[in-house]
Amino acid sequence: MNIVEFKRIDGRKHDEFRPIEARVGVLQKADGSAYFRLGNTVAIAGVYGPRKVHPRHEEQLDRAILRTRYNMAPFATTERGRPGYSRRSIEISMVTRQAINPVIFLEEFPKTAIDVHIEVLQADASTRCVGINAACLALADAGIPMRDLVASCSAGKVNGNIILDIAGKEDTEGEVDLPVAYYPKKKHVTLLQMDGIVTREEAKEIVKLAVGGTKKIYEAQKSALRKKYEIEGEKNDIY
Amino acid sequence: MSEERKLVIPGDLLGKGRAGHGTYEEDDNVFSRFVGLAEEKNGMYFVIPLSGIYDPKRGDGIIGKIQDVIFSKWIVEINSPYDAVLPLSEATEEFIDLTKTDLTKYFSYEDLIFAEVSSVTSNKNVQLSMKSRRCRKLKGGRLISVTPAKVPRIIGKGGSMVEMIKDLTGTQIVVGQNGLVWIRGDNYSIAAEAVTEIEKKSHLSGLTDQIRAMIEEKISKKGEHSGV
Repeated sequence: MNIVEFKRIDGRKHDEFRPIEARVGVLQKADGSAYFRLGNTVAIAGVYGPRKVHPRHEEQLDRAILRTRYNMAPFATTERGRPGYSRRSIEISMVTRQAINPVIFLEEFPKTAIDVHIEVLQADASTRCVGINAACLALADAGIPMRDLVASCSAGKVNGNIILDIAGKEDTEGEVDLPVAYYPKKKHVTLLQMDGIVTREEAKEIVKLAVGGTKKIYEAQKSALRKKYEIEGEKNDIY
Repeated sequence: MSEERKLVIPGDLLGKGRAGHGTYEEDDNVFSRFVGLAEEKNGMYFVIPLSGIYDPKRGDGIIGKIQDVIFSKWIVEINSPYDAVLPLSEATEEFIDLTKTDLTKYFSYEDLIFAEVSSVTSNKNVQLSMKSRRCRKLKGGRLISVTPAKVPRIIGKGGSMVEMIKDLTGTQIVVGQNGLVWIRGDNYSIAAEAVTEIEKKSHLSGLTDQIRAMIEEKISKKGEHSGV
């Protein structure tokens, strides 16, 4: 790709993120929770469990089951959304589960369920990525054994330019939107979806940009987790 | 005070060595599984998690609530995703004729017991025992729950913290490893407040003195009110 100077709608460079904000432990009643923001896209995740499985027939004797629920608030978009689940939210719940699944030691807690609830409070593209980022932080906060954190972000093609972190009009009027979730320790891509049509070379370029971008998200996640517990434990000495 | 413990998060590299509790090994390197405090002992790495549910382990002294009474055993809820079983043979030494005895005579629904975990199988069948001297039925009192990871702090070094609360408030306190704390006595509310305060401030050093000051203040205030 030849890099030409161009301006994005919000004035960002082609590989620049919107402001990232991550907080851990935002909900009182959940076992673990987190807030993640990318510009105007905001999601909160709450994790419950491991806990008993209801209905009982879903129970697995050798491992925990992971249940995810992605939901977008009716007020998250400019047009009021219909509350409740939809074809879209069911799909995203599933891909979120598949994106997170590889990092959790599910075999540690047989016969239990781990429930992850993701609520999108404000939607401005890349909601599934923000949801996955929040969910991973909430899982770690809940004390669930994990191999690593999964970091997620999107990239795409707008007006012929390949750009990172699609937002707003870039999503609705751009050519391609490609969300990616990345498991850094193993270098596995655990989520990859795409809207639009591109050539094979461009697709590779976009994936590369998105995977590279997850590094910054990963760092933000790690520092948010540390921050919660460092403030809590200035000295970190349990007796 | 212990040697330095480092705050780690899932996936943090601890070093080369053997993987102990709270860690996992991959390509000869040991990584953390939890948000917790990392420790190394003779080339073995451990991580003490800072949050999480109670995962029963053999030998733990726990507080449980009788949930069901079946023919020759009790099903006990232990503040964990797994229920425990207390068989009749582990509950009492005396001979009981099951055809004539109603087991609720010993432990009935909703009764609280302090018991020991005698075994946990790989698919998490938990068995309890009441044979140890410290095990008993807990009559009356009230129950509060705390994060299981913070139980060691509530007990304190050699039981110093909980003994202090007992002394100052004149209450009876039993702390279960599963994060349940049973308190009985007139100053129940002061003792309960102290326990929740410890949970909140568990990371601070010199906590014993802080809690002592807090309890003493509360008790003197209470005395003033009843005195007038």
